[in-house]
Parts: sequence; C-alpha cells; structure tokens
Amino acid sequence: MTLAAHVVVRRGPLTVDVALDVADGEVLAVLGPNGAGKSTLLRVLAGLLPPDGGRVAVDGRPWDDVDAGVRLPAHRRPLGMVFQDHLLFPHLSVLDNVAFGPRTRGASRAAAREAAAAWLDRVGLADLGARRPGQLSGGQAQRAALARALVGDPALLLLDEPLSALDARTRLAVRAELRRHLAEFGGSTVLVTHDPVDATALADRVLVVEDGAVVQAGTPADVARHPRTDYVARLVGLSLLPGTGEGLAVRLAGGGVVAVAEPAAGPVLVAIRPESVALYPSRPGGSPRNAWPARVAGATPHGSTVRCELDGEVPLLADVTATAFAELGLAPGSPVWAVVKASEVTVYAR
Amino acid sequence: MRRERTPAPLLVPAALAVAFLVLPLAGLLVRTPWSQLGTLLTAPGVGQALRLSVVSATLATLVSVVLGVPLAWVLARSRARGRAVLRALVTVPLVLPPVVGGVALFLVLGRQGIVGSWLAETTGITIPFTTAAVVIAETFVAMPFLVISVEGALRGADVRFEDAAATLGADRWTTFRRVTLPLVAPGVAAGAVLCWARALGEFGATITFAGNFPGTTQTMPLAVYLALQRDPQAAIVLSLVLLVVSVATLLLLRDRWLGRGAAA
Repeated sequence: MTLAAHVVVRRGPLTVDVALDVADGEVLAVLGPNGAGKSTLLRVLAGLLPPDGGRVAVDGRPWDDVDAGVRLPAHRRPLGMVFQDHLLFPHLSVLDNVAFGPRTRGASRAAAREAAAAWLDRVGLADLGARRPGQLSGGQAQRAALARALVGDPALLLLDEPLSALDARTRLAVRAELRRHLAEFGGSTVLVTHDPVDATALADRVLVVEDGAVVQAGTPADVARHPRTDYVARLVGLSLLPGTGEGLAVRLAGGGVVAVAEPAAGPVLVAIRPESVALYPSRPGGSPRNAWPARVAGATPHGSTVRCELDGEVPLLADVTATAFAELGLAPGSPVWAVVKASEVTVYAR
Repeated sequence: MRRERTPAPLLVPAALAVAFLVLPLAGLLVRTPWSQLGTLLTAPGVGQALRLSVVSATLATLVSVVLGVPLAWVLARSRARGRAVLRALVTVPLVLPPVVGGVALFLVLGRQGIVGSWLAETTGITIPFTTAAVVIAETFVAMPFLVISVEGALRGADVRFEDAAATLGADRWTTFRRVTLPLVAPGVAAGAVLCWARALGEFGATITFAGNFPGTTQTMPLAVYLALQRDPQAAIVLSLVLLVVSVATLLLLRDRWLGRGAAA
C-alpha cells in the first residue's frame, strides 16, 4: 500500500506544488507553518478538493490524474482521516460513529458494530461506546476519531493536526498511543502538523512545506540537526546563518565571520545551538576565535535557563542559566559578548 | 454587561408596546363566556372546523417538509447560478398578501386556470373549493417559513462533518440522510412548527382559493370570521381555541426545539 502523489493546487495567490511518496507502513510528516498549504494537500489526497494538476496513486491505482481526467470521489477512496477537532458526529453514539464507515461501505449493522467495538477496545474506549461525543474528554474523542479512521483497514491514513486541540498533558499520552497504533498500521500514513515534536515522535520521514513548496525533506533527526530555512531553525530552536565557506571560516551573508572546525567551501548554512553560546560582560581573554559583541534584545525563561535573543552583527539565540543571567545583570538592551567554540558550530551546504 | 436603569424615552414606548400587544388578548379572555364554554365548544361545526384545520395544517406541513427541506438544501449548498433570484422568489409568499396568493392559485389551478383546465380535461379533477385546495393554499403561504428556517440551520451547520462522512465512504445522499439531516433536525422541527402555526391561521388565500364550505373548506379562522357576524360569543370561543393552540405551539417551540437547538 504505497502512496505516490504529485499535487498542484492553486488557491488565490498561493500555489501548492508538492510531490511525495510514502511506502507501506511508513509515516510521513508534512511540517510547515499555517497557510503553507499542508491541509490543502491533505484535502486533495482525501478527495475532498480537486487538484489543478498532478496525480495521486495508491498501490499503482490512480485516485487523481488531472491529465487523464481521472478523479475518484472521496467516498470511494479506501482511506481513513483524523481531523484536528475530531469531528465525531454529535448525534451518534461513539460506537455508531466508529461503525459509520463499515456501515456505509456495506457491512451489516451487527458486523459494523462488532468491528467498531473491537476498535474501541483497541484504543481503550471499550466502556464508552454508548456515550455521545460531547461526553468525552479531548483525548478520548481523539482516540475515538482514530478508531473511526482505522476501523475499515484503509490503504491510506491521513492525520490533520491530530494532537493540536489537546492540552499538553493529554497530548503526551495520546501521542504515545498514536505512535503505537501507527507502528501497527500496515498502510501509508501522511501526518500534517506544525509541531516538530509530533513530527519527530511519530514520523519516519519529514517533508517541510513552506508557501506551497517542499523546502526540506529527510529523517526527523536530520531535519532537526540541519535546518534549511529560518522557519525550521526556529522550530527546532537553532540559530541559522547563511554564508560562504572559505576554508576554516564562513563569511556570513549578514556580515561577520564564523570560525569552524571543518573546512567549508561555497554557499553554506551555519547552525549554532543556543546552549553552546556563552555570554560575557566584556571581551574574554584567551582570544577565542568566535567572539562577537551583541546586545540583548529579549529574554524568556525556559525552565532553569533563560533564552536570550541577541542583536548584533551575528544574530544568535543563547541559553544561559538563570543564575548566570542574574550574575551578569542582564536585561533587554545590555551589551554582552557572545562566544562560541568553533567545534560547536555545524556547517552544511546550502 | 452592566445593567442600568432603562431611560424613560425607551421605557414609555416599550411599556405602550407591551400593552398594545397584550391587552387585546387579555380582552379576549375577559369577554370569554366561561359558563357557556362547554356548550359553545361542543356546538355542531366547531369540532368539524377544528378537525379540518388541524388535518389540513398538518398535511400542509408534511408537504412543506417533503418539498421544502430539499429546496432549503439547494439554497444553502448548491453552487448553481441564480440562487439569489431563487431565494427571492421563494420568499415572495412571505410578504405577499395571502389573498393575492389565493387569486394567483385560482388563476393557475382554477377550472379555467392554466394547469387547472388541463387537469380537469385529462382527469376530471377540479381543485378549487375542496379540502385539497385548503392544503394547497396553506402550503403556498406556510412553506417559506420552513424553507427559511431550514436554510438557516443548514448554513449554520459545520460542513466539515460532511467531509468527515465522505472520508468514511458516504456518498452525498447517504451523507445528507445520516449526517446533515440529523444535524439540522432542530431547525427542521422549529421550521415545521412555525409552518404548522402559520398554516393553522391561514385565512386570505384559503377563502379566496378554497371558499368557505363547512366540513370541506371551512377552517377555524374562516369559522371565526363567519361567527363574528352571526354569534359573537361563538367567535370569542373559537378565537380562544386558536389562542390556546398558538401559545402551546410557542411553548413547544421554545422549550423542546429552540432551547435544545440553541444549546447544541
């Protein structure tokens, strides 16, 4: 059960043009900011929105083929979809919600209910089948929605921000369960999210989409280590600086030079982790190679550390301990020196 | 919101409006010959008129639901061109004087009418001055209430539930039956009650198109009008019956459907 798709949709000023392949049992996360076209992509795959161009095929069978005039309506596609706010039918019991798909696909009432009850059991809602969706907690409703999507053993599972409507603690629990169910699911899964943690925890591969186009693809770890755009860098909490490699130094596009541990050449990206940036009140001795004067533009506490946004020739994020922050007497506007070891700087081709 | 004293320029007209709306009804209750109530209510013709009213209003409501709900769906969901014109046409009976509606129905369905003459020639059926004519006149006047109510409910319903149904294998007809219709059921019920109440009180179109024949076309409002000229006491009692039915309708609408619909 493999998905091969190239989707082109024009929506006002935005043109979504994304190609993706998802193998059997694989989970692909589509990560991107709001308005990037992620949900549009998912709606096309579901058959809810006709594409303006391209082709969608599952197991070699075309679902959409604009050039050939093929379009399989949504209700004929063997897929399951989980929506952001679950969209369980409020007038049906939880059991009947899950039995809805088997019923419309031709199962008898008894068989549909039996299949639904089995799935409610799998997601841990065996006792709640008689309730109305309005009587479920957010996490329970999302589990019921997952059962409803998976009950027919679909070829393709689509998840549209499945965890974003949940509070932090519930999200953790539901994410772990979702991960387990996805591992057992034999078909292809496409997960749309704007949360890199969801992508990392749930997906085998990540596709980063911005302004309707793929800007980066890779494993979650790879994307987190080597972000290609500011959006991804901000998501994973890295400072990203474009520049040109000149041996053991990178001349930054925004001005300034970064010393690096391994030789680099041509257009490169420099990524610096906030925890590897040290702050000093004055230029430290021992002439470290990467020391830049800066000004604290903003500071937000993050647990026991404070994340400082630094403004200067080289804009950086720096994590310092709350103690150090107090001892340095830092406040927005304070002048500081930011120091980074060359070995802590990651460089990769642009 | 902070509650403040109502300013006098608003309070006085508001009080007058209440008096204006309530006093006539109070007058009706005051002048009701309570001691003769039993005899007047059981007088021949009263039960007949009431039964005819209820039966024809119920039939008109059924026809309105069967035809009006699909029309409301078309107005709310289809992307056909000319929907604005269609909606305007549908709502004309809402503002049209009912007697004009009666004349129009007569011109089309009457013995000499465009459709009526053809119907009489081919099947021998003539519609005017029959109970069927009462139902048709009431449907003409009352159906727009149902259509407007259901269209509003459909517009307010979350269409993403229909998307969800499609991803679960439901075609559009199944989605309509199993998802859309149950979701707007409170709106359909409220519209049906409004429609029924309007049909029950219908006078102008009925008397024009169906006439005033006891037993076949004389509904309660017609009976009230006629009684007022012969026997004012009987007119009061008949009016009281209609008032009770109206208030009961209102209560039903508020508590059973509007309340639940607003809470859902």
